[in-house]
Amino acid sequence: MDLATTYLGLPLKHPLMPGASPLVDDLDVVRRLEDAGASAIVMHSLFEEQIVKDELAAAFHRESHEESFAEATSYLPWQEDFALGPDQYLEQIRRLKEAVAIPVIASLNGTRPGGWLDYARLIEKAGADALELNLYLLAMDATESSEEVEQRSLEIVREVTRNVKIPVAVKLSAFYTSLSYFATELDALGVRGLVLFNRFYQPDIDLENLEVKPHLELSTSSELLLRLRWLAILHGRVRASLAVTGGVHTARDAIKAVMCGASAVQMTSALLHHGPGHLAKVLTDLTTWLEVNEYDSLRQMQGSMSLAHCPDPSAFERTNYLRTLQLWKV
Amino acid sequence: MTAPTAPPSASPARAIIDANEAVASVAFRLNEAFAIYPITPSSPMAELVDEWAAAGGTNLWGDVPEVVQMQSEAGVAGALHGILQGGVLTSSFTASQGLLLMIPNLYKIAGELTPFVLHITARTLATHALSIFGDHSDVMACRQTGCALLASNSAQEAQDLAAVAHAATLETRLPFLHFFDGFRTSHEINRIEPLDDATLAALLDEAALQAFRSRRLTPDAPVLRGTAQNPDVFFQAREAANPFYDQAPALIESVMERFASLTGRRYRLFDYEGHPEADRVVVVMGSAAETAAETAAWLNRNGEKTGVLKVRLYRPFVIDRFLDALPATTRSIAVLDRTKEPGAPADPLFLDVAAAFEEAVADGRLEAGARPKLIAGRYGLGSKDFTPAMALAVFRELSRSQPRRRFTIGINDDVSRSSLDYDPAVDLEPADQSRAVFFGLGSDGTVGANKNTIKIIGEETDLHAQGYFVYDSKKAGAVTISHLRFGPRPIRAPYLIREASFLACHHLSFLDRYEVLNYAASGAVFLLNAPGTPDQIWNGLPAEIQDKILKKRLKVFAIDAYKVAREAGLGGRINTIMQTCFFALSGVIPPKRAIEAIKTAIDKTYGRKGQELVRRNFAGVDQALAGLVSISLEGRTCGGNPLPPAVSPDAPDFVRNVTSLMLRGEGDLLPVSAFPVDGTWETGTTRWEKRNLADEIPVWDPDVCIQCNKCVLVCPHAAIRAKYYEPRCLEQAPETFQSTDFRSREQPGLRYTLQVAPEDCTGCTLCVQVCPAKNKAQPRLKAINMEPQPPLRLAERANYAFFLDLPQPDRKTQKPDVKGSQFLTPLFEYSGACAGCGETPYLKLLSQLFGDRSVIANATGCSSIYGGNLPTTPYGKDAFGRGPAWSNSLFEDNAEFGYGLRLAYDRLEASARRQLAGLAPILGDQLVGAILGAAQAGETDIAAQRARIEVLRGRLQGLDTADAARLTLLADHLVRKSVWIVGGDGWAYDIGFGGLDHVFTSGRNVNILVLDTEVYSNTGGQRSKATPMGAIAKFSMAGKDVPKKDLALMAMNYGCVYVARIAFGARDAQTINAFVEAESYPGVSLIIAYSHCIAHGYHLSHGLEQQKLAVDTGYWPLMRFDPRRPASGKPALVMDSPPPKIDLADYTRNELRYTALEKSNPDRARDLREQSRIWIRQRYDAYRALATPPPAAP
Repeated sequence: MDLATTYLGLPLKHPLMPGASPLVDDLDVVRRLEDAGASAIVMHSLFEEQIVKDELAAAFHRESHEESFAEATSYLPWQEDFALGPDQYLEQIRRLKEAVAIPVIASLNGTRPGGWLDYARLIEKAGADALELNLYLLAMDATESSEEVEQRSLEIVREVTRNVKIPVAVKLSAFYTSLSYFATELDALGVRGLVLFNRFYQPDIDLENLEVKPHLELSTSSELLLRLRWLAILHGRVRASLAVTGGVHTARDAIKAVMCGASAVQMTSALLHHGPGHLAKVLTDLTTWLEVNEYDSLRQMQGSMSLAHCPDPSAFERTNYLRTLQLWKV
Repeated sequence: MTAPTAPPSASPARAIIDANEAVASVAFRLNEAFAIYPITPSSPMAELVDEWAAAGGTNLWGDVPEVVQMQSEAGVAGALHGILQGGVLTSSFTASQGLLLMIPNLYKIAGELTPFVLHITARTLATHALSIFGDHSDVMACRQTGCALLASNSAQEAQDLAAVAHAATLETRLPFLHFFDGFRTSHEINRIEPLDDATLAALLDEAALQAFRSRRLTPDAPVLRGTAQNPDVFFQAREAANPFYDQAPALIESVMERFASLTGRRYRLFDYEGHPEADRVVVVMGSAAETAAETAAWLNRNGEKTGVLKVRLYRPFVIDRFLDALPATTRSIAVLDRTKEPGAPADPLFLDVAAAFEEAVADGRLEAGARPKLIAGRYGLGSKDFTPAMALAVFRELSRSQPRRRFTIGINDDVSRSSLDYDPAVDLEPADQSRAVFFGLGSDGTVGANKNTIKIIGEETDLHAQGYFVYDSKKAGAVTISHLRFGPRPIRAPYLIREASFLACHHLSFLDRYEVLNYAASGAVFLLNAPGTPDQIWNGLPAEIQDKILKKRLKVFAIDAYKVAREAGLGGRINTIMQTCFFALSGVIPPKRAIEAIKTAIDKTYGRKGQELVRRNFAGVDQALAGLVSISLEGRTCGGNPLPPAVSPDAPDFVRNVTSLMLRGEGDLLPVSAFPVDGTWETGTTRWEKRNLADEIPVWDPDVCIQCNKCVLVCPHAAIRAKYYEPRCLEQAPETFQSTDFRSREQPGLRYTLQVAPEDCTGCTLCVQVCPAKNKAQPRLKAINMEPQPPLRLAERANYAFFLDLPQPDRKTQKPDVKGSQFLTPLFEYSGACAGCGETPYLKLLSQLFGDRSVIANATGCSSIYGGNLPTTPYGKDAFGRGPAWSNSLFEDNAEFGYGLRLAYDRLEASARRQLAGLAPILGDQLVGAILGAAQAGETDIAAQRARIEVLRGRLQGLDTADAARLTLLADHLVRKSVWIVGGDGWAYDIGFGGLDHVFTSGRNVNILVLDTEVYSNTGGQRSKATPMGAIAKFSMAGKDVPKKDLALMAMNYGCVYVARIAFGARDAQTINAFVEAESYPGVSLIIAYSHCIAHGYHLSHGLEQQKLAVDTGYWPLMRFDPRRPASGKPALVMDSPPPKIDLADYTRNELRYTALEKSNPDRARDLREQSRIWIRQRYDAYRALATPPPAAP
């Protein structure tokens, strides 16, 4: 069965790949993912905060006590080749490239333009095949309008696309007033891919210690539905290739995403839950389904259920809301 | 910002460096191995060779020199001796007490005619006090060792003569002590012409090197050295080396000539500088020669005939060359010594000069009548500045028909009347030179920026540049004063600037605390970092400051640098902002060019690490000039408030008259009579020094507080305190004074207050971090919360004063737990330790629990500096005038010193008991029996014994016998004394371990507290044997690859030593338990205390969390080993923390000392962490086995 797809301009043997997570920090796991058939590797994100804080913290801890006291003008040895945390990330790119033959997509995560964007260039230099730019944003500033938020995001994207030659994907959240418009804006900046959607970590409350605890709930297939709708809406309206992330656990999930327009299908929770080998199972199931249902190739079904091609576009639109409500019986 | 060190082989045409770097560069390239040990001010040389070697730098022969750290300078000397006997070129760096520890080996090395160079930053020897600063007392203590002594007077000379020494030692076979003035030369940045590898290679005599090699000890050609000789031959054999000393001067001269031909810089054994027909000459060694020479030049320009004879080769002292160098016209000579030899006819250089003339007359080389008049002066002890004004006074003295034969210069000796008068207003500095003085905070980066400024000017222009930096003796809120000179000619001014054409004050509060404006020349530019409009700034200045500004007609500029820095995201780092303003205002180079250079430097410093800091610093630089405003003096008057007094008017006379001058930076003005004659000082003086360091201070919320007193325990500065008291005590309370009901079933109806000392708090936030109580409505808030200090200062000052006057809770009723211990008066308060220091809470606790009857022997290190560095001491007294008596002997001997104190007290107690028993019939058997039989187990017992002693004193008063008088003097020794031997890991694990180990076996009642920061903290974070595996430290750049020494296990091994390992941030109750048990144990007790430190590389506000993690990962297992326990059938060892429950990485990932290795060498870091995990597990298992009760007998 021909499962070939093209994502970010990269020809892939099929659309299944691990999504950005710490899973790929371990080279052994990465090799197992490749063995399981992953078509590409998406690295976990290098965060703006990590880049900036690492840089500032190293300088602060080193310098804040320097040149204050006659007996000790410093307290830590000077290391000419001292590397910051982000540099390890670059090193990891190099290691991954050496370890696997499939494309390596690095990921950079931030919300404000700044010095950290320099890492896009360094990531390219380190050998990444593409860059996923994660605009993980919680718009909490009451003085900043949605337009300003979007302009800020576009500025980041502009800065990155201007400085690198490798394809750039943008990972979005679903929370935009006009996602379609924003997507076309990104498209105009030369973005080669859109990744739908980010999952927000949702902190929990520790009642005993009165503290907010970071919390991560793995996704379920039910989260896929929101993504299917937007894949379907955006497919064909933007030049950028589409990827789905969040809620793909089975081959059926993957098939739905591809039918709605996904060129790439990223899996994270399922792999964290079942292990890297799960990707092979999904791949087998996908192949079997296509064969059983007599598809010629994966491309044949790609976008077949998008807004443009599906039998009943209204199902993706506002009418769906009405219909669903009416179907709901107490 | 710290500039990366250039590799030593790179030799540009000019370099802007200090003597330490210049010398280290030469030594690195000309040696194959180094044995090193840190000691101020030589440590930077050792650090540099270690860094270069770690970075793969090579010597002239293409090898990376081996650099090894030893446990002490004595160890270094032994290792050097061995390396030399093995035929390998070696060198080291030291000063002061370190040099003294090497003396035995120096005799050996010289006696065996072994080529070797030791580079010495000449530093004061500890006598009545320790001083880290410069004079020649250390090298003068070596003049009899047989080593050659070679003096350099500047960074250039230090580099050049270092090379000469290394070449000459091979040819002469005499070991060389090459020295230059500690700090003044070692740390002064100046422009020098560096020596390239080719020059160094050309200087060395290959044949001499081969000859040295061929003398090595080897079984292939065996010989015997180090024999013991008998009276029949020792003397002759000792004289056998004489020809080498005879021929050495000519060989050294030939090396100097070779050097001159290679570089154009000519040195001689004695260099004369001045009028060729001088009638008056100063003979001097070291940096003062430069000052004297410049002064002589000024005098000669004004028609006088003066000169300076610089002694370079002090040993061997070559009389002929000395006489050759002197102008024949010399009529009077002042020999200046930078050392003091009490009781000698004169100080040593003078005696050598006098002997030279005596010889010259005896040899007939000089007519007896032509012998110049000789006078001897002493100057510059402990880095006392030697200025042209002082040199001028010496030349003037030589002009007198009856000059003083012995004098001091630079002080006001109103006791022995030894000092020459001089006019401090004399300023001989050239008019074409710019002088700038900057007052900065240590943490704001001022010194780093100034070093960078010097580099910019030195590299961007043809101007010469010089920088010297005066640092604080406090670690928290340290003040720095930078002295910068720029000019078209070489700058030979090794003394502080008196009158600057540019003066900058980087923190407004300095104007209140120091005589900042005294440094301003008339009409100078004065740059002030202050918020507000020009009018607001002017009106906010104290009247005295306004007056000085107007009288000196200063050109005043201001910038709110903190605001600019904040907006640029630079926090409190205002250095590049102020640097930009300096360039804009000083006009040394065009501002635009300067800004480009600053940005280049920023990019060079930070660019490799990422762009964010570059971006932020660029923003700071770009915004600096926009924020700079001029404050016109037009129409200004002195309407400001008066300056606050340096200390409270309530302070004792000594504090007001003496200490306060030191606090204001005017200690130089104090006469000899102001000082104690034997180094004995009053305690309890930090309380008079209100430093107001904290931007934010903790504010108490009584409604949330659970009164656990944990915050009081952890405060490193005793700046937050708790009391409970009768409600009636509140009758006169200030309006804002807070209190709440005291939570106590035993003592109902009382009130409780938690009070902050607003002007003593450093704002470290440890108290807030430890507070376990949360506000239920707003869990972000705790029972104490940080709030800005300025609006609270006045009210809280009054509240704190009121609090201190409240009655202190009764010691006798306090339980020995966290809460109870913190109602005891801290007798260690407001130290100058780093904000958030991990050591001082232990000392404060010690002082609370036992301070009123303790004596502390303190090893040199951080704890001796914040404990005993003038002007003030944190050790205090209680309401009865009792408190810790404290002394520092040396670094290496502290265990023995404390042991000696114990012996003394045991003798005194025995003597008192014997006398008491003898007087029982007169004093009453019941009283005497009660005193002699008193248990003195706890506070109640101690109080009862003290009451008995009072009764005893009363009865003794009525007796007029010698026995009664003797007993009166010793009666206090009938109360148990607590001897504490305190020091850091550098002392306990390394340099002092031999003595410590010996004391372990003594069985005497001493308590040893090791404040374990796991590095030599005071000298800048060098590795000790306490440094953990996998951490980087200076001298261990690649990460330590062996585990931390298990001092606890070693002590437990004896079976008779009480041992505890504690971490107050992890289990405070265990800490207190350990202190109480250790003190009660009637033998040797050892407490090893985890002490977080700035050298670990994280913000100390997280110190307590790191302590918890250290314990939870099993890295720092808490335990107590009590040799008394087996008597009750229990194992001596009790583990106070569970097996490792979280991974080591959870602890190490938060500290730069570990993460730095993770990032520079991830594989090695991983490997060392894995080895550490295994070590931790094995160690815990071993402990657990020891802590397991033996199986019951069948």
